Amino acid sequence: MSAQVITVTSGKGGVGKTTVTANVGMALAMAGKKVVCIDADIGLRNLDVVLGLENRIVYDIVHVVEGRCRTRQALIRDKRVPDLYLMPAAQSRDKSAVKPEDMVRICEELRPEFDYILIDSAAGIEEGFRTALAPADLILLVTNPEVAAVRDADRVVGLVEAMGKPTPKLIVNRLKPDMVRRGDMLDTSDVLEILAIELLGVIPEDEQVIVATNRGTPVVLEERSPAGQAFRAIARRLMGEAVPLFLSEDGQGVLGWLRRLVRSGGGR
Amino acid sequence: MNWLDRLRGQPSPRETAKQRLQVILVHDRSDLSPGLLEVIKDEIIAVLSRHVPIIAEEVRVTVTQDARECRLVADIPLGNRHSRS
Ligand SMILES: Nc1ncnc2c1ncn2[C@@H]1O[C@H](COP(=O)(O)OP(=O)(O)O)[C@@H](O)[C@H]1O
Ligand SMILES: [Mg+2]
Repeated sequence: MSAQVITVTSGKGGVGKTTVTANVGMALAMAGKKVVCIDADIGLRNLDVVLGLENRIVYDIVHVVEGRCRTRQALIRDKRVPDLYLMPAAQSRDKSAVKPEDMVRICEELRPEFDYILIDSAAGIEEGFRTALAPADLILLVTNPEVAAVRDADRVVGLVEAMGKPTPKLIVNRLKPDMVRRGDMLDTSDVLEILAIELLGVIPEDEQVIVATNRGTPVVLEERSPAGQAFRAIARRLMGEAVPLFLSEDGQGVLGWLRRLVRSGGGR
Repeated sequence: MNWLDRLRGQPSPRETAKQRLQVILVHDRSDLSPGLLEVIKDEIIAVLSRHVPIIAEEVRVTVTQDARECRLVADIPLGNRHSRS
């Protein structure tokens, strides 16, 4: 076994990196994979709270880097699914406490024991960004369908390419289908056309995400949540399954049907 | 956006967002600001007018892109030596 290292990143902050890491990690574990999620947002740790594991932290990634514990000791096992682990970030340190080569070394050590290593990165494109990206085999770029978020995402695509890393795959988060249909929000197809990178998944805006985050039980555990379904679809795509994507909101619902009818001049 | 705006032919917020992004990213990717393009345009006009008559007010210097590749495009209409300048 040699894990695939997947780094979840973004240009703008607050677009959903931590939510994506927690839920995709858990979805992969629900599908029987051995998964470890690493919180690389040193100084602003979140992933432990979103996963609901904050009360079980003894050691964190900075302890590992400084040799104060073994890598294994800093892993917290999630009891809800068979094989999901968290390596928490340090809360009282800054980003320079973990260097790119530290992250590479930790991942090398974990690779033989896992199927997937997910790294949740900090916002911004400075030091922490390079650390989170250093060991990545695959980069997931999260954005919201908004001008500022897409603009900053484009910058990340350029930076990643300049680092000689593979082009990121896109995740569009917090899409509101009814707003797209009214012409009030960018659609996935617009974002894709502009960024010109491969799409991995679209996650709708879903109140249950916030409820789940408050509870510390990732939304992917909710059978019927729309966002939960989107996260499970992303996990299946990562495992190589061909799960269909809805590229355009235009095509769906009664309005979409009407629009197509009008466009085709009443035919069809 | 409501149906009245739509009837009036107003661009939707979605279309506006997309157009703004396209313009912003052309400049971000090429590292050419709209101001710098104006400077380049003026210099092109100055250099070329020494050699050929051009219609200065119709010169356009823009950045275009195809997927992620940018291109600087100058559109320079030539003036007729006898009728224009
Ligand atoms: N699909 C979604 N629907 C509703 N709320 C969301 C969704 N994705 C993220 N959020 C909320 O947005 C906020 C920021 O998300 P977070 O994952 O912490 O972003 P980041 O890690 O990029 O800073 C959180 O409050 C989270 O609950
Ligand atoms: Mg975060």
